[in-house]
Amino acid sequence: MSAHGTSAEITIPHEHGAGTGRIWKIFWLLSAITVVELIMGFGLAKHWYGDPDNNHTKILVVKGVICVLSLAKAFYIVSVFMHLGDEIRNLIMTIVVPLCLFIWFIAAFLWDGNSWLNLKNTNAGSRPAQTEQHQPAAVEKDKKP
Amino acid sequence: MSTPAIPTNTKWWNGGRSPFNASYGKVMMWYFLMSDAFTFGAFLISYATLRFSLNGWVDANHVFNAFPFFGHQDLPLAFVSLMTFILIASSVTMVLAVHEGHKMNRKGVEKYMILTIIGGLAFLACQAWEWTHLLTGEHFVLNANGAIGALNTTVSHNPWGHFVDHDAVLKAMQLTSPEVLRDMVMEHDHSATLASLEHLSKADLISKIDLNAVHVAHVGPPSFGSYFFGITGFHGFHVFSGVVINGIMLAKTKLGHFDQRGHYEMIEKAGLYWHFVDLVWVFVFLCFYLI
Repeated sequence: MSAHGTSAEITIPHEHGAGTGRIWKIFWLLSAITVVELIMGFGLAKHWYGDPDNNHTKILVVKGVICVLSLAKAFYIVSVFMHLGDEIRNLIMTIVVPLCLFIWFIAAFLWDGNSWLNLKNTNAGSRPAQTEQHQPAAVEKDKKP
Repeated sequence: MSTPAIPTNTKWWNGGRSPFNASYGKVMMWYFLMSDAFTFGAFLISYATLRFSLNGWVDANHVFNAFPFFGHQDLPLAFVSLMTFILIASSVTMVLAVHEGHKMNRKGVEKYMILTIIGGLAFLACQAWEWTHLLTGEHFVLNANGAIGALNTTVSHNPWGHFVDHDAVLKAMQLTSPEVLRDMVMEHDHSATLASLEHLSKADLISKIDLNAVHVAHVGPPSFGSYFFGITGFHGFHVFSGVVINGIMLAKTKLGHFDQRGHYEMIEKAGLYWHFVDLVWVFVFLCFYLI
């Protein structure tokens, strides 16, 4: 523990801002984004965007906007609260570049889930021998009111 | 975005210094958090994939509409908003503790660490209430045998499927036991008691049930409970361990360890973990409650 002074780890200290103004600014920004998200989510609960069964595209757009707002919140938490924005480029890149895997991760798996749904709801992909045995049960399940 | 203190021609990769301009411990905390992000990401993406693959899903606004001391009022998003703001507030007190640490102000660090710990405990208390509410609250469902029963929310079953239409409910009530029918009467008729209903015949009980006030649902997708309790439980465990870590940091601050060491970097590392917990909540909140 006392070895810190003689440690070989040489880092250039950051200049820390004297005030807490930026922290509070980000706090109010995060709160404001959350309130907007909650209002939009409340609209989903109260069917402001029309009947959920007939307005798929509209509701998908609302949900997309909520997702983008959440990503903005994530950016501010990481950049300001976790001070990643104040670190040098090398540290930012060693964290952010691997996280880009999420782009593939999300796209591939949601695509897969959607593909399962299509296989379930259509005859696509089903083998002739299985169609007769399994199709009726599957259809009955899907027809829940 | 280097700070002005760093010379622009610094050769980071020539050896003799950290190429990330951060201590070993801090870089490793970042790598740990990155791997943890992939763990949470895998859970949430698995949940999303399953949800995409089903024709219907649970309506979160119907499940999470309760608030302590507000009884049966329909208050979607209210309680989870409270939880979210508790976590944002405790994130701010944490970053203020780190700020006081930079100034070597021990009293300030202690004050903000205590506030952060209180915030974490408040969040855990909220989660305990929410879980208890789901695990103990029973709702009427149409069982596979055609009769109506009552079901709570667990990892293996839940009552959050689509509502059964009135005609089907009327048919199912004929097959339902008198005990459940009595519960259905008492669900909306608060003047009725077990004693007053005991001597009534099944037909009389059925005539007393107002189907506009009592809802019967299909059994919900079993994966809802598994994912909800699994992912919020894993997040809650992170909050719990964060509170423990912050408690240790508070004790070490009080004992003067960081003053002896000459810096408060441990507070920064604990802070990174605590902010990550808040960051994960942003996405849990998004995936389970908002959309």
